[in-house]
Amino acid sequence: MPELVITVARFGFLILLWIFVFTVVGVIRRDLFAGARSGRLVAAPRAVGASTGQAAKPAKVKRGRAAHQLVVTAGQLAGTRITLGEAQITIGRAEDSTLVITDDYASARHARLLPREGQWFVEDLGSTNGTYLDRAKVTGPTPVPLGVPIRIGRTSLELRP
Amino acid sequence: MTAAAAPAASPASTGEAAGVRLARSRRNAELSLLLLAMVLVAAYAATVEANVLDTVTSDFWMPAAALGLVFLGLHLVIRWLAPFADPALLPAVALLNGIGVGFLRRYDLAKAAPADRETLAIFAGTGGRQLAWTLGAVILAAGLLAIMRDHRSLSRYAYTLGLAGIVLVMIPAVLPARFSEINNAKLWIRVGGFSIQPGEFAKLALLAFFAYYLVRKREVLSLASRRVLGIDFPRGRDLGPVLVVWIISLLVLVFEKDLGTSLLYFGMFVVTLYIATERVSWLLIGLILFFGGAYLAYLLGSTVGGPFLNFYDRAQIWLDPFAEPYDRGYQLVQGLLTLGTGGLFGAGPGGGQPTLLPEVQTDFIFAGIGEEIGLFGLSALLVVYLLVVERGLRAALAVRDSFGKLLAGGLAFTLGLQVFVIVGGISKLIPLTGQTTPFLSAGGSSLMANWLLIAVLLRVSDGARRPVTSGGPAARPSGAPPEQLHGAPTEVIRP
Repeated sequence: MPELVITVARFGFLILLWIFVFTVVGVIRRDLFAGARSGRLVAAPRAVGASTGQAAKPAKVKRGRAAHQLVVTAGQLAGTRITLGEAQITIGRAEDSTLVITDDYASARHARLLPREGQWFVEDLGSTNGTYLDRAKVTGPTPVPLGVPIRIGRTSLELRP
Repeated sequence: MTAAAAPAASPASTGEAAGVRLARSRRNAELSLLLLAMVLVAAYAATVEANVLDTVTSDFWMPAAALGLVFLGLHLVIRWLAPFADPALLPAVALLNGIGVGFLRRYDLAKAAPADRETLAIFAGTGGRQLAWTLGAVILAAGLLAIMRDHRSLSRYAYTLGLAGIVLVMIPAVLPARFSEINNAKLWIRVGGFSIQPGEFAKLALLAFFAYYLVRKREVLSLASRRVLGIDFPRGRDLGPVLVVWIISLLVLVFEKDLGTSLLYFGMFVVTLYIATERVSWLLIGLILFFGGAYLAYLLGSTVGGPFLNFYDRAQIWLDPFAEPYDRGYQLVQGLLTLGTGGLFGAGPGGGQPTLLPEVQTDFIFAGIGEEIGLFGLSALLVVYLLVVERGLRAALAVRDSFGKLLAGGLAFTLGLQVFVIVGGISKLIPLTGQTTPFLSAGGSSLMANWLLIAVLLRVSDGARRPVTSGGPAARPSGAPPEQLHGAPTEVIRP
């Protein structure tokens, strides 16, 4: 084999190796920097509307701003993201909850989030220490705007687009 | 809900697209990365043949194609059973495994008589055996993915796994040396011409147990503490389990004569503890205990001797390998010279002399590869390891239950620590120990255990990235009994 071919093969292999590394990094790029980007996505908190008023006009919710993710912003699970689908999200200490939180102030079945016609509602499931939407205690099914914290014990959750 | 208050959400044009983007499984990206990895393995084989045989035989691509088929099978199983698993794990590990097989085949070529080199069969020699082991290991990984549909089901067998792990660790220590000792380390079970390394499987079983135990105890370990010098230290009685694991790891060190395995078990436990409690004090306590224990073993080795002598010898070689370069320090010195010969860009695949290096097919494979691809190539391989570990930790961050977090975080860390222990050993950063290099070294036990580890990581990452399609109870595989609600307070449900 000519020397040139072997030299090309030798360096070609090394370059290909690094191309592979950078391709893998390219595939997972979004995840790599996901933590750093999340701060920009926070919507300005707004006053929590009356529980019946907003539920009556769900058609106003534009698809582009519909909630697609539930993000834990404080507590032991901080940084956890759940991609939202059509199903309800149950929150509590019970192992079969969608979001299992080991918070001292959380009950086994603490609260749930349910989608109704494009809007997410939070409902307290008779927890001992209560569920708070921003500062207000949740008594019945309450619509959750984007970026407003749901507080359960030391844990905070937010809906993100 | 007015448009004015909305942030510029994402670069995607519509919400519909954003929804699809967040939930997509990325299996096609995995497939293309896998193909790229196999092209690399084939390119490696071709370069090796060009260098060693001075020609490229017509079937140089056969090992790469065989590996490609095996990994393609696993890719299809993932598509079917874990569609939302991490796309980078399989290709990265496939590349490492493929380079390992390629290098072992290259080692066979160097050992074979010049006349036989061109006709070396695909399943012949160390490389061929490694290829067969890869097939077995990947089938095992696919089987684990099929059996374990939800990583939480592992927690039901936690105590069984813990017991099995301890038994597996202890077997080589209590067996007579002729059944368990190879190269002065009692790590094997040897039956006939066949040897397995039970410690490789024990680390998976023990980690599942640690994760389960710490999920149950994390509150008491993280809340009850005393504050000294700005760091929260746990109460004395909560130190019990850590001390037990510390003693077990020291016994491993002394009776199995293996620092690496002992460091691996102890590091695994301390880091799982740290992940569970978020207390830096555990890391400090762990480091102090381990270094104190190792130093004690060194002192005892120099004064008392006996079972501690082996560790003392290894530490001596590490401190000054060039004291006896043709005797005890021979292997380490040869390894360092090999890495030095490789230099920045290496001698090219097939251009080195791996036969000069003892144990190049197992412990020193990283040095053997380094001679041929140089620092430039070795750092690429290390970055691939780093990416695998990063994907594991990312899965741990994203998964929604504590057991999954501890399991994935601990497994990913263990893999990284094992790479550190062996690469640190051959580069004379820490005393050399006989750890295998994950996915590269020849050996069925190591390959199988590490592929099982990857299967667990794939399963956890699938659970973490899967969009929620059904409520909690229905998400469990049908037929499985409800998990016990440990630690859940009883409460009166008011109508």
